[in-house]
Amino acid sequence: MIEKILRGKPAYWMWLAFLGSFIAIGAACYARQYLFGLGLTGMSRDVSWGLYISQFTFLVGVAAGGVMLVLPYYVHNYKVFGKITILGEFLAIAAIVMCMLFIMADLGQPLRAVNVILHPTPHSMLFWDMCVLIGYLSLNILCGWVILTAERKGVHPPRWIYFFVYLSIPFAVSIHTVTAMLYCGLPGRHFWLSAIIAPRFLASAFAAGPALIVIACLVLKRVANFDAGKQAMDKLVTIIMYAAMLNTFFVLLEVFVGYYSNIPGHKHSIEYLFFGLEHHGHVYNNLVPFMWTSVVLNFSALGLFSLPYVRRKNEFLLGLSCVMIFLALWIDKGLGFVFAGFVPSPLHEIVEYIPTLNELGITIGVWATGFFILTVLYKIVVGVEHEIES
Amino acid sequence: MDKQRRNFLKIASVTALAGIGAPALVRLTSTAAVASEHVAAAGHAPAKEKAGAHGEAAPKGVRLGMVIDMRRFVENPRLLNNAIAACNLVHNIPQIDNSKSEIKWLWKAPFTSVFPEQSAYHAAGNVENTSFAVLCNHCDDPPCVRACPTQATFKIPGNGIIAMDYHRCIGCRFCMAACPYGARSFNWEDPRPYIKKYNPDFPTRMRGVVEKCNFCGERLALGQEPACVEACKGTGAMVFGDLNDPKSEIRRLLDKEFTIQRNASLGTKPSVFYIV
Ligand code: SF4
Ligand code: SF4
Ligand code: SF4
Repeated sequence: MIEKILRGKPAYWMWLAFLGSFIAIGAACYARQYLFGLGLTGMSRDVSWGLYISQFTFLVGVAAGGVMLVLPYYVHNYKVFGKITILGEFLAIAAIVMCMLFIMADLGQPLRAVNVILHPTPHSMLFWDMCVLIGYLSLNILCGWVILTAERKGVHPPRWIYFFVYLSIPFAVSIHTVTAMLYCGLPGRHFWLSAIIAPRFLASAFAAGPALIVIACLVLKRVANFDAGKQAMDKLVTIIMYAAMLNTFFVLLEVFVGYYSNIPGHKHSIEYLFFGLEHHGHVYNNLVPFMWTSVVLNFSALGLFSLPYVRRKNEFLLGLSCVMIFLALWIDKGLGFVFAGFVPSPLHEIVEYIPTLNELGITIGVWATGFFILTVLYKIVVGVEHEIES
Repeated sequence: MDKQRRNFLKIASVTALAGIGAPALVRLTSTAAVASEHVAAAGHAPAKEKAGAHGEAAPKGVRLGMVIDMRRFVENPRLLNNAIAACNLVHNIPQIDNSKSEIKWLWKAPFTSVFPEQSAYHAAGNVENTSFAVLCNHCDDPPCVRACPTQATFKIPGNGIIAMDYHRCIGCRFCMAACPYGARSFNWEDPRPYIKKYNPDFPTRMRGVVEKCNFCGERLALGQEPACVEACKGTGAMVFGDLNDPKSEIRRLLDKEFTIQRNASLGTKPSVFYIV
């Protein structure tokens, strides 16, 4: 099946070259960071995690989102998703590779990463996160490959693979739960110290992942003549809507708890995100425009989704809504959630985080790598699909 | 008295420098530790522990701690600077003049920063205008150790010091997110060019690892007091010793004076106490 990667239209090669140039930029930036140290980033003593970890957190969600296709198809035998379930599995692969690259980019001593395995530490959530991420990655590679191969041969997949398919479902939930536990078990970080973080992560994941798949389906329909089917898209949009609404609900609950309890620690980060936080006569409000953009995008997308015209008739608007909800969730989780947790610092100082160009270069490079992998994997899927049809 | 303390320190010390190679430790058999175990077993756990958090376990072994008497620092404003300078010198701490990347083991901060959970409403003048000494609390239940995925941050079983292995640390900074006291610093770049005066007796760190106050484990091993405590010698501003030994100087002080710990409500059980 690999050979399918090597044959494509000029547009395919141009897209890969486009991504490749960003990968090259990312690699160059990483080389600089590797030689100098993480001082080349905007992170500081007080905001000790930045874009890398926030992108990691968001992408774990995208990876887990693939389960919203696997579960209906395999557990509820929802045949409509038959053609696109593999897209969910391959999206998970690309997303987890990005996660791992972001973690590596964030380590001060990347060559020692293997210490996590050499000195397994069950009381550290990072150890468990590594275990479930590697597990989920392997499961998706295995299931995706075996099922696609069977499809190509026109036979039923071997029965043993279903064990791994079913296993991948709790794994999908676990990767994002454990990622939430990186944050929600830390004393003294009020914004993160909330039992709703894991459900909130899952809700936003189950919206962001499928949104990306809808976008991918719309693109594939244009450029590769791959039609996922109207009914499948419609169902995906329903899933996105419910998940995004749940996420919004959870966020509003956090706002209620903060403001009604009136406990400063619970309010500060929310205040910082949405209104700016005053400290010694200075108002810190870097993230305010982003957060309100997220709010507007979130509600507009939900509004658009609710129109049957958008869902079923106008693919442009459908794609746009999916991009909007994806961006909204990316800002919410991929920026705001991680950065605001460090504000204020344990010593009640406020330090704002602004990523550097070098850091942005690495970040874009990793995203480009992910999309490169995704493109190549989807190329295989489309190729196999066309082979079966002809 | 001085001799007595020195003896105790020898007992409660580690043989290996925390941070050099693997955490090689020697099991401690100290009379002090035995004595406190005996007291606990006999059900005479001193009132201090009883009055603390609900059901705090009876103390076992040595638990090193510190009392910082801010009254002494107010009397003598230069004292804290001396203590900080001593720590910086002994531990090759780089002097990076930039709050983004600075490395701090022992430093100064206002009351409202050190005790953000305490009200400073109409606080006494000496509280408002004083710089407090801040360092790692060597928590008895340390979240940094819980979070560390490689055990590069660990508790020394013999004395309760939260130590670090700079050669194992992968620089993930999970411990920095986990420490509720901002006690940890990360080497965002190579620290060596920023070391003012090099002390060959203590390792320098490389970039990409975390560091913090180590309660002078390396000095205790030689029977010396922590450098900051030594810098305050004779003033009683910093008192160091075994919290579990009812006869220690630090315990006599704790039994006598009202002390507070930084945000004790988090259950971390800080071993650094403040007399405000
Ligand atoms: S003060 Fe922070 S670094 Fe020190 S032991 Fe406690 S949690 Fe760990
Ligand atoms: S930065 Fe080092 S000490 Fe801190 S958690 Fe990571 S490995 Fe452990
Ligand atoms: S105990 Fe030692 S390491 Fe800690 S602040 Fe004092 S001098 Fe520095």
